[in-house]
Amino acid sequence: MRTLTARALDCANGLGAQYADVRGVVRRIQTIAITNGVVETMVEEEYQGFGVRLLIDGAWGFSGSATLELGAVDQVTAQAAEIARASARFKTAEVRLGPRVSSVGVYRTPVLVNPWEISPVAKIALLLQADRELRHAGAATAKANLLTWQENKVFANSEGALTEQELIHTGGGVTAIAVDKESGQVQTRSYPGFFGTDVRGAGWETILEMDLPGNAQRIGEEAVALLRADECPSGHATVILGPSQLAIQTHESVGHAIELDRVFGAEGDFTGTSFLSPAMLNSFAYGSGHVNITADATAPGGVGTFGWDDEGVPAQRVPIVRDGILCGFLSSRESIEQLRQVVGDRAPASSGGAMIADGWHNIPLVRMTNVNVDPGEWDLAELIADTDDGIWMDSCKTYSIDDRRLNFQFGVEYAREIKHGKLGRLLKNGSYAGSTPQFWASCDGVCNRDHWRIWGISNCGKGQPGQMAHTGHGTAPARFRNVRVGIRS
Amino acid sequence: MIGPERISSTIQWVLARSSADQTEVSVVATDNALTRFANSTIHQNVFSSNVTLRVRVVIANQIGIAITNSLEAAALQRALDHALSNARRTPPNPGFLSLPEPQLVPEVVGYFPATADCTPGQRAESVGAICQLAREAGFHAYGALTTATRELAVGNSLGHSCFHLGTLSEIKVTVIGDSSAGYAANMAMDVRRLDFEAIGHEATERCSRGQNPQPIEPAEYAVILAPYATQDLVFVTTTVGLGARSFREKTSFVCGNIGKRIMGPNITIHDDGFDGNGIVEPFDCEGVPKRRLDLISNGVASGVAYDSYYAGLEKGRRSTGHALPPPNTSGPLPRHTFLRPGSATVEEMIQSTGRGLYVTQLHYTRPIDPIRLTATGMTRNGTFLIEHGEIVRPVKDLRFTQSYLKAWNEVEAVGQETRLLRMWDQSLQNVPTVKISSFNFTGS
Repeated sequence: MRTLTARALDCANGLGAQYADVRGVVRRIQTIAITNGVVETMVEEEYQGFGVRLLIDGAWGFSGSATLELGAVDQVTAQAAEIARASARFKTAEVRLGPRVSSVGVYRTPVLVNPWEISPVAKIALLLQADRELRHAGAATAKANLLTWQENKVFANSEGALTEQELIHTGGGVTAIAVDKESGQVQTRSYPGFFGTDVRGAGWETILEMDLPGNAQRIGEEAVALLRADECPSGHATVILGPSQLAIQTHESVGHAIELDRVFGAEGDFTGTSFLSPAMLNSFAYGSGHVNITADATAPGGVGTFGWDDEGVPAQRVPIVRDGILCGFLSSRESIEQLRQVVGDRAPASSGGAMIADGWHNIPLVRMTNVNVDPGEWDLAELIADTDDGIWMDSCKTYSIDDRRLNFQFGVEYAREIKHGKLGRLLKNGSYAGSTPQFWASCDGVCNRDHWRIWGISNCGKGQPGQMAHTGHGTAPARFRNVRVGIRS
Repeated sequence: MIGPERISSTIQWVLARSSADQTEVSVVATDNALTRFANSTIHQNVFSSNVTLRVRVVIANQIGIAITNSLEAAALQRALDHALSNARRTPPNPGFLSLPEPQLVPEVVGYFPATADCTPGQRAESVGAICQLAREAGFHAYGALTTATRELAVGNSLGHSCFHLGTLSEIKVTVIGDSSAGYAANMAMDVRRLDFEAIGHEATERCSRGQNPQPIEPAEYAVILAPYATQDLVFVTTTVGLGARSFREKTSFVCGNIGKRIMGPNITIHDDGFDGNGIVEPFDCEGVPKRRLDLISNGVASGVAYDSYYAGLEKGRRSTGHALPPPNTSGPLPRHTFLRPGSATVEEMIQSTGRGLYVTQLHYTRPIDPIRLTATGMTRNGTFLIEHGEIVRPVKDLRFTQSYLKAWNEVEAVGQETRLLRMWDQSLQNVPTVKISSFNFTGS
């Protein structure tokens, strides 16, 4: 691979590129999925290829190929150059990349037990055990899945960077679907995260920690119980969001909003822009003083954890919100330069290292690393005891947010009434809605590190052509006041 | 491109080396070029050439699948070995009957050289013209122009084989100003059928008319949905409830309702991979021809999409040719859908509206209740108040929480003209404007 990357950079230089980088990627994925005792999916995927990105006349060109041959390198690099020259004809400004990046090194995701060394037979047996528990508890449809994901990549650029990484993500989960045949009502419960999965930057040990069979019966019983539960009331209420719900809340209403390329309009045609602007840096009240958020690409166990991003920028902990005030963005080399042109030295001097590409065949985009809500002070039992009248909501069932990341509505699988400081009756079809800064401003308590853990999302979509990314979110339960709940059609 | 001969020999190479009872090899090869623009300048201009080869093996009802994007012998052998190994370690699937038997796949023209040969310079010219239109109006243009060539092939050990070469082109444009935005899009197999100037004008005009929108109280309104909004209704309806998986799991709104009227009599939705008004795709990833599939016929639930596995679970059922590539959690789904146009013009719909909203696009909609087909989402890129038969002013975007099933029952008029659109790079909808008598907006 190193021969290939060196050839691409030589070729780019010969074609007059001001800057060039090349990524060689080999990705391996194993997916096992079981439905009602039947192995419906047992798939192994292996992809390889390389992509060349270069700047000519101040404009970008990119091309990639699955053929790992030196002849293909010349052709692909020449194609990237042709594309860059075409782009340059309609540019309105020169791309600026700021300080040089010359990282060198090797990074590997720390794993205790290599998930590839676990036999598929053992993996299937674990899922079948969980599946039986789900159905024994009354689930009409039981689902269980495991994901093993590995990416090996080499990055080199014309500024001297040369990094090698091996990223391993392991995940899985179970889902119970309960159906009331008479009314046609459907209720769903998932574990450990929403949509029946959670994924971590770790090995098989993370699956053992999940204990899917040990939690399956409870999940199945909860799905069935939801069929008979009372409807979530409509109105305004105090809400305590469970940790997995706060993870998706953070993902949608913070993570995407702070992507600096989105702030500058790069996604304006597709999933939209951001309500944030550069001028808000260090002054905008994103939330209450209880809200502290960090984009941490170094967090152990996170799927947004790596050694370097896909521009060779080292992994960092980037403060995003401190005591409620916006103080940072997820950024790239180009977008941080754009920010500096607007706000000068109020902006960081260099990229925050959040450029990630989906495979070899896509250009990197500004993506979430691990966007974490920092732990607060509360013990969960004390937070509930301190809530006279409210609703506990967890495990996302549906999510929707507008094209500026302001107006959101979430539905949850599981809700419980809180009365006089105690969890009470089960509620079904829980939902809540709000506007991002007002919602985070209503936060008056975040639980402490004892209740904090990191979650993984494996299907975060962005860009055209569509790219999928794995993003991490560390969260603990948190309380929000005067939230609109129980939205009805 | 790889070419039918090399693809065929590759498939035969794998089939000849497989020791399984049945083996299937499918190939998707793509040359994908995309020129993306924001702030009226090209910010992403990319090309990638890729191939995905899937091997599915069956050993006494034990099934294993492996996927590679390399056609080198070592990679093919590794994929075959993985598939065989996985099958042997997997419990039998008693519901699996067989890979598809050989069957005739009609040929259909889907390849247009003008699309395949479209150069970065041509794409940049087209995009540049749109950006210029937006700039002249005082706005900025955002969007993407895609041109792609695809080779699809399937072969199995029962003797079935098929190949298709096709192209697609797509333009999506959002024009954004200080207080408003406008959207337009179109698709075609032949890039020469895309009128870039017209698309640019349409998006710019919407943005221009949408300036200085005022808030409006969330409530129930009659709505006129532009094709870009109708697309969402069709996409959500077909993906949530018109595939065999949700039907079998009893999470579909058509469960127990096949043959019954569940929508208004003016609603007919079908799927057809052979219709040249879409992007033709004559067979699915198992090589089964995509039969025309009636999903909703004059409001009556007519059918759902099947692949060979889900068809095999029901006595006498045949695959409709809607298998999706593994791994997926969806099961078979319609992906070439058409909502039958009606006779109304958009002007007539507006003139017949006492008070209502014209909605350009629905954004980030997600299903809430699969049985009532309830979804929530936002309006986007141009929402306008209609009073006394005229568009009177732009309004700020609203959140809706609406049963789409109820909406399909309250369609007052269906437009004459359709637009071919694509959702999430995956599925196609050919849809007109529709007028719905009541749509529930729940937030602003």
